[in-house]
Amino acid sequence: MLQEQNQFFIDSDKLSGAALEHKHLIENDPSARTNHMEYMEGMEKISSGIMEKVLSAIDNYDYNKYTGFDVKRALNSQTCSIEDFKALLSPAAMPFLEEMAQRAKTETSKHFGNTVYLFTPLYIANYCENYCIYCGFNCYNDINRKKLDMEEIEHEMKVIADSGIEEILMLTGESRSMSDVTYIGEACKLASKYFRNVGLEIYPVNSDEYKYLHECGADYVTVFQETYNPEKYEKLHLMGHKRVFPYRFDAQERAIIGGMRGVGISALLGLSDFRKDALATALHAYYLQRKYPHVEYSLSCPRLRPIINNDKINPLDVHEKQLCQVLCAYRIFLPYIGITVSSREQKHFRDGIVKIAATKVSAGVSTGIGDHESKYEGWEDENAGDEQFEISDARSFEEMYGDMSSEGLQPVLNDYVYV
Amino acid sequence: MEKKDTFILGGKEFSSRFILGSGKYSMELIKAAVENAGAEIITLAVRRTNTKKNENILDYIPDNVTLLPNTSGARDAKEAVRIARMSRELGCGDFVKIEIMKDSKYLLPDNVETIKATEMLAKEGFVVLPYMYPDLYAARDLANAGAAAVMPLASPIGSNKGLATKEFIQILIDETDLPVIVDAGIGRPSQACEAMEMGAAAIMANTAIATAGDIPLMAGAFKSAIEAGRSAYLAGLGRVLERGASASDPLTGFLRD
Amino acid sequence: MVHINGEDVDASGKVLKEYLEENGYIIEGIAVECNEVIVPKDKYGETIISDGDTIEIVSFVGGGQ
Repeated sequence: MLQEQNQFFIDSDKLSGAALEHKHLIENDPSARTNHMEYMEGMEKISSGIMEKVLSAIDNYDYNKYTGFDVKRALNSQTCSIEDFKALLSPAAMPFLEEMAQRAKTETSKHFGNTVYLFTPLYIANYCENYCIYCGFNCYNDINRKKLDMEEIEHEMKVIADSGIEEILMLTGESRSMSDVTYIGEACKLASKYFRNVGLEIYPVNSDEYKYLHECGADYVTVFQETYNPEKYEKLHLMGHKRVFPYRFDAQERAIIGGMRGVGISALLGLSDFRKDALATALHAYYLQRKYPHVEYSLSCPRLRPIINNDKINPLDVHEKQLCQVLCAYRIFLPYIGITVSSREQKHFRDGIVKIAATKVSAGVSTGIGDHESKYEGWEDENAGDEQFEISDARSFEEMYGDMSSEGLQPVLNDYVYV
Repeated sequence: MEKKDTFILGGKEFSSRFILGSGKYSMELIKAAVENAGAEIITLAVRRTNTKKNENILDYIPDNVTLLPNTSGARDAKEAVRIARMSRELGCGDFVKIEIMKDSKYLLPDNVETIKATEMLAKEGFVVLPYMYPDLYAARDLANAGAAAVMPLASPIGSNKGLATKEFIQILIDETDLPVIVDAGIGRPSQACEAMEMGAAAIMANTAIATAGDIPLMAGAFKSAIEAGRSAYLAGLGRVLERGASASDPLTGFLRD
Repeated sequence: MVHINGEDVDASGKVLKEYLEENGYIIEGIAVECNEVIVPKDKYGETIISDGDTIEIVSFVGGGQ
């Protein structure tokens, strides 16, 4: 039977009665939840105007009104306008997927040649104070929590750097109290010893904190908005700092103000109407680029994955074909932008999409905490912290490097100098 | 009802996308040129008054036409600001077209001084339309300085050489939020049409009309060309067939669901 | 001596308005700048031209690009 709606709510038998009661209250009674559009104390406000533009664009996006004619017109025009992009994202574009892929490939090779960048993520802590109902790290989920100390982080980094990786993306769960900015800053200082490029995927912070993290060695900030539909966002992020929609939306802009060289943007496809979320993701990058043209931008395209204690979560109507459509449309609309495809996707998909639109893939991935050595060497580590989601492509750095080369692509580990 | 295709400068709505220059031809012909061009904006220079010849150009310009004084003669920002202030004192509104040229041979605009003048004049409440060399960074600086539009040159002023800077004007059209008014060097109606097809907001021309055999007739020819180009832009240009393109191997065969 | 539109003129001590009228300027069609500062039209009657002033009297003409 086709599953039309994800069943996210799972009760752990380890939760106290009071905790369970609160969990059920916020799950079932919207009035028990805080206003998701209102800033919490300490959150910096920048009046940017970009959020309003993006939200109004998705409100007015009726993708069913586009026809094959609009899609052909978009594919044949030299530059891709916002209207053209909307046509390419519409259901009417599905029969033109191969043509879109051909055009996307041309654009990718014009801007990136046949290179593909390799990186690896490093999770340093999985504590989280948010209740995001689809995420394995959510504060009500019964998982092994862990936060690496500096010695453990350095050990992980050595293992990863020894494998040959030069670019790292450090991640934490979103808990300011358990993984504060100073802790992350110290980890950045270590990372810049071992890697040429240090990216962060952490809870959103204020611009002065981004500035501090940049000074510690980080140069790239990725924040996923998850969904750009504020009403849906409210129903998925029931508790914690992450609940504040506009503060998260402006995270990239605060990171740019803080001096970061690049920012990553994404929705988690499958949470809400994926066509609207894809439109919003690309427009978010588009408007930022027009305002801050000196910054590097990249998009990711994660789909929902099963998590620990809930293996039924899936990306619903975002199948591989739809994902491919979204990525081709991104590439045609924003030819200069980096596109990352994570190990949430399987080998065959990643091998195919790097020839069309993607420019960056992860390798040697673990989304658990402190288990790179065991994963790389193939033994079980019972002290490791649990994973955020199940990965689908477990290729090591070496395997990935070899596979990319044999696909005729040039793997690039780094092209970058920190300034 | 069909929506009227207009564009806005300094809060004023214009339906004609043809800005007419007023140099190099006699006053008697200005009226006919304006009428045949359907122009709603005309540029004028500010000069020392000659009391011997008591003729006022404003008497030849229809009342519904917006005057766009220019700062021709200015060699730096300071001089441009002085001329702009004098033009406003002449009592015909807040519009000003900045022209700053330090090179008397090619009359190329000085972008750096133009940005400075734009900033000063925008702060004084002028509606500033800077004539510029089509450089993306300069266009962004002009936008940040408060310009109401940018006016990149198509080729050297008065040269009638057409869209020599086409690729760069296209970048300005694609990347800036301001109206892009193509100015200088447009020599034929077909070139004006092409610039409009590219998405320019309007065309400014003078020499092409002033040096034509029949000035009012050429003004009308430009009007038709600009309207045709605008319609083509709105309609969305059709496909350019590429010769010799070969079908490549399918790229999407790997997709599973 | 006073510099008016680039020429030396013996006009010091005169009221600006009178000078303009005597020389056939049509007030509605001109703007006046004295030592690089605009003189508003309603101040013409009370502006006395001083020795050494540089005055520009301008109007619109066809031209520029």
